[in-house]
Amino acid sequence: MSDGAPAILVRDLRKSYDGHEAVRGLDFEVAHGEVFGLLGPNGAGKTTTVEILEGFRERTSGIVSVLGFDPGERPRELRERIGIVLQSCGIYRHIRVAEAVRHFAGLYPAPRDPDEVIAIVGLDAKRDALARTLSGGQLRRLDLALALVGDPELVFLDEPTTGFDPAARRSAWETIRRLQELGKTVLLTTHYLDEAQALCDRVAIVKDGRILAEGPPAELGSTAARYRVTWSDEHGEPQSREVDDPTALLHQLTSAALARGKPLSDLSVTRPTLEDVYLDLTAQAGDAAEQGENAAEQAEEVR
Amino acid sequence: MGDMALAWRQYRLERRMFWRNPTAAFFSFVLPLIFLVLFGALLSGDRENLEIIVPGIAGLSVMATTFNALASQMTFLRDQGVLKRMRGTPLPANAYLAGIIGNAATNAFVQIIIVVLAGRLAFDLGWPKDWLVLVVFTLLGVACFASIGVAFSHVIPNFEASAAYTNIVFLPLIFISGVFYDVNDVPAFLHDIANALPLVHVIDGLSAALVTGADFGDLASDLGALAVWTAAGIFFAVRGFSWSGSREE
Ligand SMILES: Nc1ncnc2c1ncn2[C@@H]1O[C@H](COP(=O)(O)OP(=O)(O)OP(=O)(O)O)[C@@H](O)[C@H]1O
Ligand SMILES: [Mg+2]
Repeated sequence: MSDGAPAILVRDLRKSYDGHEAVRGLDFEVAHGEVFGLLGPNGAGKTTTVEILEGFRERTSGIVSVLGFDPGERPRELRERIGIVLQSCGIYRHIRVAEAVRHFAGLYPAPRDPDEVIAIVGLDAKRDALARTLSGGQLRRLDLALALVGDPELVFLDEPTTGFDPAARRSAWETIRRLQELGKTVLLTTHYLDEAQALCDRVAIVKDGRILAEGPPAELGSTAARYRVTWSDEHGEPQSREVDDPTALLHQLTSAALARGKPLSDLSVTRPTLEDVYLDLTAQAGDAAEQGENAAEQAEEVR
Repeated sequence: MGDMALAWRQYRLERRMFWRNPTAAFFSFVLPLIFLVLFGALLSGDRENLEIIVPGIAGLSVMATTFNALASQMTFLRDQGVLKRMRGTPLPANAYLAGIIGNAATNAFVQIIIVVLAGRLAFDLGWPKDWLVLVVFTLLGVACFASIGVAFSHVIPNFEASAAYTNIVFLPLIFISGVFYDVNDVPAFLHDIANALPLVHVIDGLSAALVTGADFGDLASDLGALAVWTAAGIFFAVRGFSWSGSREE
């Protein structure tokens, strides 16, 4: 915004839980007004990272800055300016929806209108229901309402749509897009690639506490990644090759086919989608250290 | 909004939540009533023993509504992740705790009123001899047992264990502290242990207020002991306060 400093800055962030290193040197920045996604399999370290930025967990080492504050010191002004949806967290069992939203509104210096927020998350019909009677997805919407009612400029969403039905997911996306239109910054984690693709300006794919790739979802899916060329050889065996530039390979294949006087069958040239990249990067077997090396290379390529 | 206003807001929410679960609210008031009814039947007309039992039950009520209630409530809120959620808001920890402890303190005062009324109406003990001593010792008892209750919740691993943890403290303590008999009748070593712990001193003060009419001068050592326990309780309550469940840091 004014000073050009990013909303979130993370440098060589590390976190160990009694010897087990869950986060192993993360670096990323989130600009003001940007929607940034952390994408990765279970146990990748997404929640650990987000909760360090929210001030819930202490980092083992590294530098983090959130809106210019060190979240480890938990300054009150920072808490007034952020909204948090935790991956899992409770609420008073006997509180009513509208009562909860109003109560939380009262904790912030310049809250939004509680009724408006209830409408945004689609809980109008449940405003007088007790929290303990809400369904899982409805509770999740209440989480979102409580995170938004303080009118935060930065919102952390740890798997905000897990447990939502498809319609609720779409409307949550709309809500997040509206936040972006209002100039808010959003850091979200998700397992859903379509969600990352639909919402995020940039995503980082995380596994074993490292970033494997980072960039706008479209670029991760296409320009940044390799081409995959598949065809059938003279014996009808399917072949596939990944190359950075397919020109030479295609020339070779077509001239060989012409020389043989047979058509080149089953030819296709594709660029991997975000899903391919994700599955490719995260599903590789083999030991973590080696993957770390690959990761570094891949990340280089992306940049 | 100022911190006082936030604490007041939280207090009002806690009161509403307390009454919205009426059976739980009911049972939290029933324990001293059961004791009063039982001992009233057992000791009807035995004035000497009633004068020991009634202040004893008053002390027990103060402890049950603060120490027991807060140790289990804080463990529950922590396990449920409510504390964690509150921690993510601008609400300061002390305003939040003030709201929760204020709720427990209100219950303690309601129970003292019940015991006083029972003493006057059912047991013919008359009105308290010294209202000021009554209020001061109830307040000190609340401050002491509430802070120790919050501190103790840090030791309790999870909500399922909270009843066992609080009872292992509560039950022996009420037995050695002369809730049901004259403290001076117990063996010397138990007497010494009880004297080192806070409940005896709360009961001494309540007994002075309700029965003997002893003044603050006679109660100086009780005031001192309670002040020390309260200071220790507050220190450990604040120091160990983590907001989160055991898995998170
Ligand atoms: N409090 C803790 N104590 C010990 N280990 C922990 C703790 N919290 C997380 N871990 C471990 O750290 C690793 C990363 O966990 P984290 O919750 O950050 O993953 P995640 O990416 O959010 O996964 P998911 O997609 O399942 O939510 C996991 O191996 C997990 O077991
Ligand atoms: Mg997680």
